[in-house]
Amino acid sequence: MIALNEISKTYGDVSALKRVNLEIHSGEIFAIIGNSGAGKTTLLKIISMLETDFSGKYMFKGLEARKNPEKVRKQVTMVFQNPVMFRASVFDNVAYGLRIRGVNGRELRERVESILESLGILSLADKNARKLSGGQRQRVAVARALVMDVDVYALDEPTANLDAENVRIIERAISDMRDDGKTIILATHNLFQAKRLADRTAYIENGEVIEVGETDRLFESPEDERTRRFVEGDHYF
Amino acid sequence: MAWEYVAEGVAGALTLVVNGNRELFDIALRSVKVSGIAAMLAAMIGIPIGVALGLSGFRGKALIKSMFNAMLGIPTVVMGLILYLFLAPAGPLGFLGLIYTEMGISFGQMLLILPIVVSFTASSIESVEEELKDLMLTLGANRVQAMLKTVEEAFSGIVLSVIAAFNRAIAELGIALMVGGNIFVRGGELNTRVLTTSIQMYVARGEIEFAIALGTVLLAIVFAVTALSNYLQRRWVSE
Repeated sequence: MIALNEISKTYGDVSALKRVNLEIHSGEIFAIIGNSGAGKTTLLKIISMLETDFSGKYMFKGLEARKNPEKVRKQVTMVFQNPVMFRASVFDNVAYGLRIRGVNGRELRERVESILESLGILSLADKNARKLSGGQRQRVAVARALVMDVDVYALDEPTANLDAENVRIIERAISDMRDDGKTIILATHNLFQAKRLADRTAYIENGEVIEVGETDRLFESPEDERTRRFVEGDHYF
Repeated sequence: MAWEYVAEGVAGALTLVVNGNRELFDIALRSVKVSGIAAMLAAMIGIPIGVALGLSGFRGKALIKSMFNAMLGIPTVVMGLILYLFLAPAGPLGFLGLIYTEMGISFGQMLLILPIVVSFTASSIESVEEELKDLMLTLGANRVQAMLKTVEEAFSGIVLSVIAAFNRAIAELGIALMVGGNIFVRGGELNTRVLTTSIQMYVARGEIEFAIALGTVLLAIVFAVTALSNYLQRRWVSE
């Protein structure tokens, strides 16, 4: 579904991604693990075609993504680590993407309310989205993405700094997405989360993909010494 | 003795305000009308320019923004002089017939406050978080839809820029004096006397009570508009 071939990205003199090669399959949860600044967000932005200035080849469902950025964006929705909100109510934040796709009236209301209910925030529908707590805003951000019903979701640290209850709700939503046949790319530095959710995992360090494999295998018997150090927690010391 | 002079002036001014002096309120209404039209014209021209500047990233944008920023501090008396030269009957724009008219003052004030609207609008657009712009795109907005949403997000800053521009216009003297001429004929339709020009005139004549009364009304208008601006700002920031 997604094939990245020799993708590199630099910001001035800083190399954010170095010759990344990855394949992500339809319907899987694919975790990207690594420390802060490893290049996870840049990789997600390229996959979502929010970053279009890179070298290498990115194929999305057989299309060259760089030549069809809007087509890719219509099928990939990204959730950001910092859940920014429009200056509007929770309902209008979640409805924005549907409205610009021409969904209106009863269908719009039903779809938005159904998503809000599944994430336990229907009671917040009329509230000012910018006045919510961090956990509530992150749930709105996930709802805003889910309501789009696209094929691929790129989630950037969706549960960073959240309490256990909010983590549980968002992880359940991610599992439900997979059950609905969606492809989820999950950038996280939370190893337990990757282990709990991901079918396959890639470890990325300093913009370089060090190792990719089945999640259980990568955590239990990593092939690369750098991956072993990371999954065993040596990076914390 | 010195304080008595001030106290008498203030007392006389308060009497004029409280009694609703006709001339006083005619002048105040004219000021609001003339500067209101100037702010409206500046908004109609300046907001599209500011939005275009804020959204675009073309080469030379910094230079154009610097030009508008530099024009923010132009002395109104110099602006008035330039406009007089252009709008006087013998000047290159004399055929427009704007000299010594209310519309002439509005036109001049519009030019004065245009840089405020352009600069503040562009800054408001630029201050919309990059992540919000990414969010619009990832939710499927095309370039035009993302631009419209960015303008919507910057709306409060844009409105505040027009309010600030109105305050600058109503408080300026140079343009109103040189382009308007401070004309007043009782019952006449071509009057151009506004608050600032009449304050200047009554002080020169020594009619200090009327000058203080006019100054009080001008301050009241400016404070009221500033209070409205602060209220809107607080409300929008809390949103």
